[in-house]
Amino acid sequence: MPEAGVPVGYFFAVSTLLFSLGVFGALRRTNPVAILMSIELMLNAVNINFVAFSRHLGAADPVRGPMFAIFVITVAAAEVSLGLAIVLALLRRRRSADVNEFDALKG
Amino acid sequence: MPQHAWIIPALPLASYALTVFVGRRLGERAAYIGIAALGLATVLAFWTLAAVGGGASAAMSVPWLRLGDWEIRMGFQVGRLEAAVLAMVTLVSWMIFIFSKGYMHGDARFNRFYAHLSLFVTGMLTLVMADNFLLFFVAWEIMGLCSYLLIGHWFEEVENARAAFKAFLVTRLGDVGLLLGIWTLAAATGSLRFADILEKVEAGELSGSLVTVAALLLFMGAVGKSAQVPLHIWLPDAMAGPTPVSALIHAATMVAAGVFLVGRTYPLFEAAPAALATVAYIGAVTALVAALIATVQTDIKKTLAYSTMSQLGYMMLAMGVGGFAAGLFHLEAHAFFKALLFLAAGSVIHAVHTQDMHRMGGLIGPLRLTGLTFLAGALALAGIPPFAGFFSKDAVLVAVHASPYRALFWVALFTAFLTAYYMTRAAALTFFGRPREREVIEHAHESPPVMTAPLLVLVVPTALFGFLGPWFQAFVGGHEAHGAEAAPVQALAIGAAVAGILVAWAIYGFRALDRRTAIRLLKPLYVLFKEKFFFDHLGLAVARLGMLLSLAVGAFDRLVVDGLVNGVAWLVLLIGRGARALTAGSAQAYALVMLAGVVIGLFIYQVLGRVG
Repeated sequence: MPEAGVPVGYFFAVSTLLFSLGVFGALRRTNPVAILMSIELMLNAVNINFVAFSRHLGAADPVRGPMFAIFVITVAAAEVSLGLAIVLALLRRRRSADVNEFDALKG
Repeated sequence: MPQHAWIIPALPLASYALTVFVGRRLGERAAYIGIAALGLATVLAFWTLAAVGGGASAAMSVPWLRLGDWEIRMGFQVGRLEAAVLAMVTLVSWMIFIFSKGYMHGDARFNRFYAHLSLFVTGMLTLVMADNFLLFFVAWEIMGLCSYLLIGHWFEEVENARAAFKAFLVTRLGDVGLLLGIWTLAAATGSLRFADILEKVEAGELSGSLVTVAALLLFMGAVGKSAQVPLHIWLPDAMAGPTPVSALIHAATMVAAGVFLVGRTYPLFEAAPAALATVAYIGAVTALVAALIATVQTDIKKTLAYSTMSQLGYMMLAMGVGGFAAGLFHLEAHAFFKALLFLAAGSVIHAVHTQDMHRMGGLIGPLRLTGLTFLAGALALAGIPPFAGFFSKDAVLVAVHASPYRALFWVALFTAFLTAYYMTRAAALTFFGRPREREVIEHAHESPPVMTAPLLVLVVPTALFGFLGPWFQAFVGGHEAHGAEAAPVQALAIGAAVAGILVAWAIYGFRALDRRTAIRLLKPLYVLFKEKFFFDHLGLAVARLGMLLSLAVGAFDRLVVDGLVNGVAWLVLLIGRGARALTAGSAQAYALVMLAGVVIGLFIYQVLGRVG
């Protein structure tokens, strides 16, 4: 069935770009809040893929793909609130928010 | 009565426990515990002997250990051989217990001495009565332990401690053989009981080579315990112990355990002619070598020690040529007069505080009783009738003469000559002649009755036991002396003994020949004897060889075996150190690695997917 509108490859390009930005930010940034935002970027790249594929494959149930995306957004919101709480606790305890200073996992 | 014979070893065991637990509170009165226990045991042993003589015998055993289908039983048996040895051991031990009361008076570890002595007697009596190899071996080792403890009784002198150590280690060498022999027999017959094993041997169920190997291994244990060449080197050093210990353990009883072992397993040896020949030759060599060394000893106890070794050689020789009863007869007779000689020597040492015979002389004056009893023992050892030694040695010589070993008979006869020589020499140097040191003789006084009474008691069997010879030999189940051949052998034996006495008296009594001249004339021989045929050097060389070997094995163990294990550990440690750098603690670094892993994994999946 021929598709109307934007071709699916464009969506992949955008989501790949977003995911790569997210990965770069999550690995490179030292500010925990920026890292959380980068993770959010990666999750949204995934969400775009869910929605795009849902439409592209013309699934029998057109709500299934977007449904996943909504779940991801909900869980991500919860995750971010938890993440921010941890960042606050760290600030109180260590007077710092630089992830390079947190190396308690060192072997 | 024989059914209750187990009480006999139980008595000294009880004495041991009592002496250990309440001895400290009793002080030197603790000796009475041991003396009473041994007295009772002696009475019981003679009662048992009488009962056994009347035809009774007893055996009892209880299950000890069950390994699958294999049941090991512990028990005792009392037959003629056991009853005879029990009576001898208890009597001699009793006398020595009494003697020690005087000899050890004032010793710092008086009670410990009596405790160990009691434990030793327990071991000896158990060994004699054991009906299986396991109990036999346990008793054997108890005696080894007590020997060690008692030789080192005065361990303040490092020499004594070393002597104890030497005795323990050298006899241990023989014990390894004994253990292997027991193991061989147990593996072949499936039983540890003497009766079962000997029955199978006599029925010819075991192969000849196996019997020979087992007999030789058992004999190795006997060589160690009975101080036969080449494992004899511990016995002279064992004289470092108190003299009653030398009398009891290293003359009368424990060293006879090796001979008893051969006697106990005699059917095994009879089934292995090669092993029997080995016993005969080792015995003859020991008898001769020890007698030669004894001729140049200056220490009264060492002279007696070498004479013990020599007489043990006689017993082995008798066993080896088939004179089972003769060997056991000599064992019993020797136990009586050697205990007497050692106790008399102890009495002398107690009086003069030296063991060097060249510093004594003329002691028959102040020590009349001791001197006379010593002379009785010396005459018995030299083989002068009517003392016990004459009959028993004669029985041995007759047995050797009746065997095909012609050369060994002359060796034994020459040894008899030497025996008479060195005993006369010892008696002459100690008791006769002018006193050589005023100081020594002026302070000499006769020992108290508690010490002289045992001497007098022991004179009785020393003088009279010989007349029981034919009866005894028939009693323990051997053949009686061959009457027809006995007369010329007896004449030769008496001749050798008298010749030995005369030669020694000529040198040490009449001074017809100055001993220094004699030494100069026979210088190489003198050095050879004085250095004990260099057996100590041989022993040291063997020990050094063993040490080198163990050092090499130790180095291999440390470098290669441990090296392998430690090397693996080091490798892991090194890898771990390297890997530690990876875990710098930064969560972002971990995430990066994770990402790299995912990428590489995907890459491989793609490539392999294409290829596949």
